[in-house]
Amino acid sequence: MSITLNEICFRTLHQHEPWTLATYEQADGYQALKRILANKTPSQEIVEQLKVSSLRGRGGAGFPTGLKWSFISPSTPAPKYVVCNADEGEPGTFKDRDILRFNPHQLIEGMIIACYVVGATDAYIYIRGEFYEPIARVAAALEEAKAAGYLGENILGSGVTCRIHFHVGAGAYICGEETALLESLEGKQGKPRFKPPFPANFGLYGRPTTINNVETFASVPVILMKGGNWFLDLGKPNNGGYKVFSVSGHVNKPGNYEIPLGTPFSELLELAGGVWKGRKLKAVIPGGSSAPVIPGHMMMDLTMDYDCIAKAGSMLGSGAVIVMDDSTCMVKVLARNAEFYHDESCGQCTPCREGTGWVARVADRIEHGEGTERDLALMTQVAMAMVGRTICVLADSIALPVVSFMKYYREEFEYHVKHKRCP
Amino acid sequence: MIEVEIDGKKFQVEPGKMIIEVADQIDSGIGEIPRFCYHKKLSIAANCRMCLVDVEKSGKPLPACATPVTDGMIVRTRSQKAREAQKAVMEFLLINHPLDCPICDQGGECELQDVAMGYGQDISRYNEGKRSVKDKNLGSLVATEMTRCIHCTRCVRFGDEIAGMQELGTIGRGESTEIGTCVERSLVSELSGNIIDLCPVGALTSKPFRFSARAWEMEQAPSIAPHDCVGSNLNLHTLRQKVMRVVPRENESINETWLSDRDRFSYEALSSDERLLQPMIKENDEWLVTDWPTALTLVAEKLGKIAQEQGANKIGALLSPSSTIEEIYLSQKMLRKLGSNNIDHRLQQIDFSAQDSMPFYPGLPMSLEDIETQNTLFLVGSHINHEQPIAGYRVRKAALLGCSVFVLNPADYTFRFPVQDKCIVKPSAMPNVLAEVIKVLLEKGIEEPVAGLRELVNAVQPSEFAHTLAAALLTEGKKTIILGAIAQNHSHAGHIKQLADALAKMTHGHVAFLTAGANSAGAWIAGGIPHRGANKKNLTHPGMNTQQMLEARLSAYLLLNVEPGLDCANPLLANQAMSTAEFVVSISPYFCHKVASYSDVLLPSVPFSETAGTFVNAEGKWQSFKGAVQPQGEARPAWKIIRVLANLLELPEFDYQSCDEVYGELMQKVAENKADSHFSLSIPSYLPQTIVGIERLTEWPIYRADSLVRRAPSLQETVINDSPVARMSLDLANRLQLSADCHVIVKQGEGEAILPVELSDTIPDNTVYIPAGFGLTAELAAPFGAISIERSDS
Ligand SMILES: Cc1cc2nc3c(=O)[nH]c(=O)nc-3n(C[C@H](O)[C@H](O)[C@H](O)COP(=O)(O)O)c2cc1C
Ligand code: SF4
Ligand code: SF4
Ligand code: FES
Repeated sequence: MSITLNEICFRTLHQHEPWTLATYEQADGYQALKRILANKTPSQEIVEQLKVSSLRGRGGAGFPTGLKWSFISPSTPAPKYVVCNADEGEPGTFKDRDILRFNPHQLIEGMIIACYVVGATDAYIYIRGEFYEPIARVAAALEEAKAAGYLGENILGSGVTCRIHFHVGAGAYICGEETALLESLEGKQGKPRFKPPFPANFGLYGRPTTINNVETFASVPVILMKGGNWFLDLGKPNNGGYKVFSVSGHVNKPGNYEIPLGTPFSELLELAGGVWKGRKLKAVIPGGSSAPVIPGHMMMDLTMDYDCIAKAGSMLGSGAVIVMDDSTCMVKVLARNAEFYHDESCGQCTPCREGTGWVARVADRIEHGEGTERDLALMTQVAMAMVGRTICVLADSIALPVVSFMKYYREEFEYHVKHKRCP
Repeated sequence: MIEVEIDGKKFQVEPGKMIIEVADQIDSGIGEIPRFCYHKKLSIAANCRMCLVDVEKSGKPLPACATPVTDGMIVRTRSQKAREAQKAVMEFLLINHPLDCPICDQGGECELQDVAMGYGQDISRYNEGKRSVKDKNLGSLVATEMTRCIHCTRCVRFGDEIAGMQELGTIGRGESTEIGTCVERSLVSELSGNIIDLCPVGALTSKPFRFSARAWEMEQAPSIAPHDCVGSNLNLHTLRQKVMRVVPRENESINETWLSDRDRFSYEALSSDERLLQPMIKENDEWLVTDWPTALTLVAEKLGKIAQEQGANKIGALLSPSSTIEEIYLSQKMLRKLGSNNIDHRLQQIDFSAQDSMPFYPGLPMSLEDIETQNTLFLVGSHINHEQPIAGYRVRKAALLGCSVFVLNPADYTFRFPVQDKCIVKPSAMPNVLAEVIKVLLEKGIEEPVAGLRELVNAVQPSEFAHTLAAALLTEGKKTIILGAIAQNHSHAGHIKQLADALAKMTHGHVAFLTAGANSAGAWIAGGIPHRGANKKNLTHPGMNTQQMLEARLSAYLLLNVEPGLDCANPLLANQAMSTAEFVVSISPYFCHKVASYSDVLLPSVPFSETAGTFVNAEGKWQSFKGAVQPQGEARPAWKIIRVLANLLELPEFDYQSCDEVYGELMQKVAENKADSHFSLSIPSYLPQTIVGIERLTEWPIYRADSLVRRAPSLQETVINDSPVARMSLDLANRLQLSADCHVIVKQGEGEAILPVELSDTIPDNTVYIPAGFGLTAELAAPFGAISIERSDS
């Protein structure tokens, strides 16, 4: 195997207690920050490096991070905020959890740099409520960083103030959507806001806010240490760097794999030990449950990067790779998936509130042999009626998968209708 | 200005406007873009998705309510893409909406029904079970049928943004989202009825109106609200000569699109069983129904005789401050032609010492809208959200725009707006607080506006509040001191007014009065006061004010829609004066047993819905209205009754054929000699002492304010309607060894009442709140002053 693993977020994984400040500092931790503070590096230069690196948001949408950070500058009137999205709720995704557990200081360093770039004095980590161990690790790391003078007022004698607060979520998937997260952070119901205005203009408490995923922030210190071009070259153009893929499902070695973007899927599958029990690969959901499904044989020809997966009609999303072998009932997968979105819809938009339940009921009916021929068309039509018509993309997150399942596995659905069971 | 094109039409508009606003402009010529969550007075939620339109260059259809126009934008509201999106949303909305339109009160005026006609499909493809939602009990005004809710959140946003209290919220999420109160309870906002209008479907409907008529059967007549000095514009919906309900009539400068619950639901009293429908005379203590000529002749004879034999100044008239300006004008004209200046509408007041320095009419020295542009507002003795709910809403708007609101009150009322600083003292200490503020201003080098002021306030010790307020009043900007009901009804109302005047003068501010009833301003203008004739005509021999008339035990009283025991400041005295009078004639739409017990003649008049008339609101707007339905029974408009009475008394110049003529005559007077509202500043000769022991605090509760609202059962059932209680602090109760479950004997002069104790942390120490407007508290005397309290063992 030619791939070097774990170059960025998991670069200290092999070390003793990598979550401690001591270990992190030994691995050149906080060096990027120190350099910036010492040199008073202009924000613009940092943003430039990030642009060169072509780092794209790791939370799902893949938005270029350098561009996002350029929206707010130190001259933007305060207060303004930096927020870390550590709510990791997308089914199949478990990468942020391990970054939080094993490398919390790199996240913290990334966030401090973000604060420096946009001129914010306060930042928040919104962390998923079920993450008991990660919560403890982050809390301890924040304490260590504060004690070491990386956080608080006048950090490292630079005159810069940076405080990081953390908030524990209460278990709603929708609170991972950035504007719902901000609402929740403000103490309100976690319901997405209509955009525009985007958080860069109207974010936390109505102030300019930069919000990024855990992995995005944690990638920044390494990029700044080794340079944007170094990072870019690790991946491929427009898809710079390494990315953590959470491989789950029917593989022998499920787990997180931090590999270069652009790595062929076949190699990732191999890393994960291949399809289990010697079975055949049937299908892959390449970017978390909201990504459309791709049949296994197509997947074997794709590389793991934003552009390639998008071209194939799906999305890289959060990097959650769900592998399904040939014993999988695709009707059941969809029905289960639909039920999740039905359950998690916040309910403000009519199409999502009413549509997710409708789709879930039809899918459930088909799975249980109670569906009709008419239901097959109906399910796609209802899904299509939701797409692009809601406040956030949660509705699309089930609608587009429905369309993909029906596109590639229609016979299985028909079989269920006709024979009232799996093929 | 930028250019946008909507459905082929080009518009020059200001940037930042939403597509829906541009299309909604009256002359846009664009058919209505369907919408449910959007409401021009509420924040944008963009959740219903009904207004999706096709915007060139955007892949997705965009919500017209939340998409600002940009230069060169091309919008299609009816293209195939737009229609498809709108139809899809409509289908989603209907899958869980019950198809019970035939039994739904919203039928015929339902936005969902209307839009469904244009966008719905005939056959539903949804054959899952429909969702059903448990109903909520929101109290006596708003009925719920929550299964019909389409989750537009207009009602929720109304509470947060307009009413200023979060009463309704969304509970649960996704498909099981419900609108509710979290912990089940009744609505307490005084503006709650507006959610009935806002709800686009039949989820929130009027409880009193329930199932009583269909929207399309009723006729609509414009009118003016009869309860407070805002003068909200409304429409009466009538069916077969009966007012079935009241809805707001949009007037941006007064009530916008809102209506207070009092104005909306008091119509129930219009068809109360207590309506007096025939003239009645008392013979040998028995009430006999009679005809108009008999009754009026009797009254004319009696009044004529008393005037002749005892002198006209033995006759006095008490008028409701919600009488029309025509009624008041004719009443005072009749009385004055008869030779008496004893006329008053200031029933709730007891201190008239500053009446000569009053402006032409007490009101706002600015428009209602202008309240919103004030930088500092200082409320003195005002429970504004209950007294004038819509004015309270304007103060809320001001506060949200950054106005600092200060409060000096004898109870810690919950306001629907943020208060910068407040001073809560017992009633008798209120004038002192004003003196403190003046002292701070003097100390800061502000000149004394009248000689003697410095000496007057010399001894007071300014509190922190006085310093904060003085500093705020000295900052640049518009400032107004609002004197509310408690300030006007106070036993030292004159002091309060004079000190407020001085304060305003020193800080370049204004003093505003928010007065009782719908037409106090009109009453001042028309001469419904003892010391000035119509149009501020100065009188050489002022008549008696309310208090003097009662104390003087006149021989005859004319009551115009007044229930003395419930409406007058000193009910004990009022009832005594009436009982000992030789002759009492009551002109009223209602039969009241107490009034009947001492009256000799009852003349049935009509409420505002059955007569033409005019109310002048606090900003001086004359608003005329016409009768919406015929007078009930033999009842007649009061202006006609007085006109005929004057004819029978053979008084000259009473030949009016219509209400318009009365209006015209008064208008002409007002136009002829422009009343100057200039008055010289005067100061009181002393500062009143703070009462050492226990003293009384009184309000006319929001739904006990006048004879109409007192007869509206649904309002009486609301939780914000006070009951006759003795409300006090826990400290006082402890000292008196009282608890919440006991009764007390309250003694005030000769008066005595037994009332249940209520504990509240809103009442300052040594103060007991006892509301007026109840039979039980009508046994007591003045609204303020020392009282004694002891535990009642019965
Ligand atoms: C329904 C929904 C759930 C989401 N959940 C998460 C999440 O759990 N974690 C996350 O980082 N981003 C999540 N996102 C994406 C965020 O909205 C946002 O794009 C991201 O935090 C931006 O950070 P990035 O630019 O670093 O990716 C979610 C989006 C949607 C629509
Ligand atoms: S799409 Fe669904 S989850 Fe997103 S805001 Fe609308 S209702 Fe809520
Ligand atoms: S109750 Fe009416 S106003 Fe309130 S959310 Fe439901 S439909 Fe909208
Ligand atoms: S009216 Fe625009 S989304 Fe509801």
